[in-house]
Amino acid sequence: MQTDRAGGEPEDWTGAIFSVLRDWDVAQVAYVPDAGHSDLIIRCDQADGMRLVPLTTEEEGIALLAGAWLGGQRGVLLMQSSGVGNCINMLSLARVCRFPLLSLVTMRGQWGEFNPWQVPMGQLTPKVLADADNLVFAVDDARQIGAAVTGAARMAFEGPAQAAVLIGQAVIGAKSFGK
Amino acid sequence: MDKMFNGTLDRDRAADYPLRRREVVAQLLADRGDMLVVAGLGAPVWDCTAVEDHPLNFPLWGAMGGAAALGLGLAMAQPGRRVLVITGDGEMLMGLGALTTIGAQQPDNLAVVVCDNERYGETGMQLTHTAGNLDLPAMALAAGFATAAKISSDNEFKAALPAIRTALGRTASGPGFWSIKIRAEETGIGAMPPKDGVTLKDRFRSALLGQK
Repeated sequence: MQTDRAGGEPEDWTGAIFSVLRDWDVAQVAYVPDAGHSDLIIRCDQADGMRLVPLTTEEEGIALLAGAWLGGQRGVLLMQSSGVGNCINMLSLARVCRFPLLSLVTMRGQWGEFNPWQVPMGQLTPKVLADADNLVFAVDDARQIGAAVTGAARMAFEGPAQAAVLIGQAVIGAKSFGK
Repeated sequence: MDKMFNGTLDRDRAADYPLRRREVVAQLLADRGDMLVVAGLGAPVWDCTAVEDHPLNFPLWGAMGGAAALGLGLAMAQPGRRVLVITGDGEMLMGLGALTTIGAQQPDNLAVVVCDNERYGETGMQLTHTAGNLDLPAMALAAGFATAAKISSDNEFKAALPAIRTALGRTASGPGFWSIKIRAEETGIGAMPPKDGVTLKDRFRSALLGQK
């Protein structure tokens, strides 16, 4: 839950994402965790018909979800921006075979980042995803996340296409040690 | 020839391994029933296609390191089918983390078979780490596979074949892993499956699901 920047009611953007995943019968939820995804991971874990698949590296998720689609299931890949860098060669699998791929990327290294080691991939993420043939939807307003994920899911699963929603640090906040 | 890089790898032993890759894969895929097959890039693709260019094969022309993870996604989506991943040692080594991801999920319909010639066969037969003391089945067991074994002889292979090809609901309980030590030999490519990924995907889904 996050208070939007206009100071209004807290925006349940995690709930909005979860509803979209439900609507599309997403069955495999593959992830390398990020703090920004922690609520969504818990919701998916508690949902009937959704299977959490923790990965050791994000590229496993590209291959895993290709297999899921071959077997008739939809999936989603949750990762942080640094994980995008681990995916590049494996994204050729989705591109060459035109597998649907819905990625939800929480951004680091973008907006108030305290850790400079997160900055390179944070800055490169939109560019390399686009270069790898992903449709990229960057969202910096919590109120627009539901709509962005709705659109990305439709384009991913009905395209099929690779579609990535980048959830900005303006939404999730910049991490700092000790808060 | 002198040592290529260090003294822990054996460049000679695999030339004498009795099992031959084409015969091994032919037996794995004989009378395959409704088995779903993922072939890792390189020689396993040619081996599988030499048996039959079957629509329920998903041959990978790239995506190195992804075969086992792809098999996992497929196995979870199709729990009623045997899913057999046939890959090489180099391909498996690039995605070792997938063993632990499979161990965490425990799909009892997934078998991972590494045709282990201790070589990168597509690039000039350079040695892989399995030419040393690396024990892939031990790694699979440690990762949580229910069954894992090294197979070095025809007798061992014949004995393991029913378990590798197990139809569900019989003896399989948890994922299985087999490293089949095969002779290091260049067999050539032979029959090739379609290269077009969309064709491979669509024909697989059509054969399995009756849709694109």
